Amino acid sequence: MNLALTILVEGLGYASYLFIVSLGLTIIFGVLKILNVAHGAFYAWGAYFCAFLIGEFSAMGVSDLGTMIAIPIAALVVGIVLGSAIERTIIRNLYGRDEVLIVLATFGLFLVLEDVILLLFGVDPYFAFQPTYAMPGVQIGGIYQDGYKLSMIALSLVVGIISWVVLNRTHWGKLVAAIIFDSDLAVAMGINVRRVFYVVFVAGAVLGALGGAYIAPTISVAPGFGVEVIVLSFAVVVIGGMGSIAGAAIGALMVGMLRAYAVLQWPEIELFVVYAVMAAVLIFRPEGLFAPAKARKI
Amino acid sequence: MTHSMDRTLVGLTVGFAVVALLGVFVLPDWLLSQTLIAFSRALAVVGLLVLWRTGLVSFGHALYFGLGAYTVAMLGRELGITEVLITLPAAAVFSALVGFGLGFIIRKYREIFFAMLNLAFSMVLFGILVKTESLGSTDGFSVEQPTIFGLGTDDASVKLIALFLGVCAVGWLVAVLVHRYLGSVLGSLTTAVRDNEIRVEYLGYSVAEAIHGKYVMSAALTGLGGGFMALALGQVDPESMVNWTVSGELVFITILSGPGSVAAPFIGSLIFELLRTYAYELVPYAWQLIVGATLLLIIFFLPGGVWSLISRLTGRRDAGRPESSRPESSRGEANP
Repeated sequence: MNLALTILVEGLGYASYLFIVSLGLTIIFGVLKILNVAHGAFYAWGAYFCAFLIGEFSAMGVSDLGTMIAIPIAALVVGIVLGSAIERTIIRNLYGRDEVLIVLATFGLFLVLEDVILLLFGVDPYFAFQPTYAMPGVQIGGIYQDGYKLSMIALSLVVGIISWVVLNRTHWGKLVAAIIFDSDLAVAMGINVRRVFYVVFVAGAVLGALGGAYIAPTISVAPGFGVEVIVLSFAVVVIGGMGSIAGAAIGALMVGMLRAYAVLQWPEIELFVVYAVMAAVLIFRPEGLFAPAKARKI
Repeated sequence: MTHSMDRTLVGLTVGFAVVALLGVFVLPDWLLSQTLIAFSRALAVVGLLVLWRTGLVSFGHALYFGLGAYTVAMLGRELGITEVLITLPAAAVFSALVGFGLGFIIRKYREIFFAMLNLAFSMVLFGILVKTESLGSTDGFSVEQPTIFGLGTDDASVKLIALFLGVCAVGWLVAVLVHRYLGSVLGSLTTAVRDNEIRVEYLGYSVAEAIHGKYVMSAALTGLGGGFMALALGQVDPESMVNWTVSGELVFITILSGPGSVAAPFIGSLIFELLRTYAYELVPYAWQLIVGATLLLIIFFLPGGVWSLISRLTGRRDAGRPESSRPESSRGEANP
C-alpha cells in the first residue's frame, strides 16, 4: 500500500513537469505542424535562467518563498524573448517546407541554443534549492511528502485547465481550431494565420520554459540536461497523440507512472520501458491513444 | 545514361585511390584518423541517402549504428573473434537481420511517423544498453585489438593505416554497388516511390517491398559503419553510438552532403568531422553552436547539400539536375 502510494506520488510529480513541457510541444505541433526539437532548449533555458534568478534574489535577501517569483519571470522572459526571436528569424521562414527538414532545422537550433547557455551561464552546475525549503512537507498516508513536488502537481493541473479553457471556450481557441483544420481556408476566412502561429509558438515556448523553471530548484542545473527531456517529451506526445492536450496529459501520466514504478521496483527497465511503450503505441495506434477524431480531407 | 554512370564510377575509383595514396604517403596521423572516423560514418550516411531518395528520413538509425558497433565489440569480448573479415560482415548482417524484422512494421510508415518509430526503436536499445551492467552501462567497454588474416599489431600507426585502407576499400565498394543499385530498375523505384506511390503500385511494383528492401540495405550499411566506428575508436558506449543525438548527426551529414551522388556522403562526412574538430579547437564550449549554425545555413541556403556546389562548380548541371531535386514540396525553392 505504501509502495503504491509512493509510486503514485512520485509518478504524479514526474508526470506533472513532463506534462507542462509536452503541452508546449504538442500545441506547437498541433497548430504549426512543426516537431520542435529546440523545445528542449526552451526547457534548459528556463531552468538556467530561473536558477540564476533565484541565486540573485537570494543574495539580495529575498525570503526562500519569495524567490519563487523567479519561476514565472524566467518562464515568461525566456518564452517570450527567445520564442519570439526564434519564430521571427527561423521558424517563420520554414513554413511549407518538408516536415522532416523542419525537424532538422530545429535540431540545429537546439545545438546552437545549448551552447549559448554554456557561453552565458558557464559550465558549472547551478543549485537553487531555496524554494523547496519554503514549502512545508506534508504527511500523506503516513509517508512524508515533499511539498514542492505537490505544488508542481497542482501547477500542472492549473496549466492544463487554463489551456483547455483557452482552446475550447475563447475566440482565440476557435481561431486555432480553424487553423488546425485547414490553414488555407482559415486564411481565406480572414484569419491572420501568421499571427496565430506566432502566438502559439511563443505560448509553447513559455510552457517549455515553465517546465524547466519549475524543475530547476529540485535538481542541479548542469549542461546537457535538455537532451533527455526532448526524447521523453516526444514519447509523451506520441503516446498521447500529437497535437492533443488530453493526449499530453495521458502520455505524461503513463510515462511518469511507468518511470516511477521502474525506478522504485525495477531500475533496469527505467528508460527502456518508456520507449517500448512509445514504439508499441506507434505500431498499434500511430495517431496516439487519445488523438482527437479528425474529419478526413481530400 | 551509360556515359554519366561510367563517369561516376571512374570518379569514385580515382577519388578513393587518391585518398588512399594520400593517406598512406602524405597525410599526418591525426588527419588519417579523422578520415577513418568520417568514412565510417559515411557508410551509414550512404544508407540514409538511399532512404532519403525514397523520401524517408529516419531519426533512429543510431539503432543500427550501435548494433554494428556492439556486434564487433562483443564478438571480440565474448567469443574472442577479432578477425575483421568476420566481425565487420557480422555487424552488417546482424543489423540487416534486425532491419529486416523491424522493416515489416516500419515499411507502413511515412514522414514524421517513420522518423518517430525509428527513434523509438533506437531509444529502446539505448535504454537497454544504458542499464546493462555487464556491458559497462553508460561507460561501455573497449574493443579487442582487431586482426586481419589472423595478423594483429600493437603499433598504433600501422593499425591506423590498415584500418584507413580498409575503410577506403569498403567505402569504394559500397559506393560503387549502391550507385549500380540506384541505376537499376529496383533502385529507380526510390525516386518513383517518393514522387508518387500510387503510380508505382499501378506499374506493378509493391511500394511496401521496395521500401522494405531499401530499409534493410540502409540498416546493413549503417551497421557496417558502426562496426568500423567501433574499430576506429577502440571503444563502444551507448552515448556516442546509440543515443538519439547520433541519429541526428547522421541525418545532419545526409543533409549536408545532399542526395546528388553516392560520393557526397564521403565528402560530407569529412567536412562534418573537420568542422567539428576545428570548432572544438577554436571554441571548446561552443562547437555545437558552430555545427548547429552550419546545419541551419545549409537548410536555408544550400538545400542540395555540398554536392550541389560541387556539381555546379564542375558544370555537371544536366547530369546532376534530376538527381538533386529534393524530396520536399516545390514551394519555397531557394535556388532554381
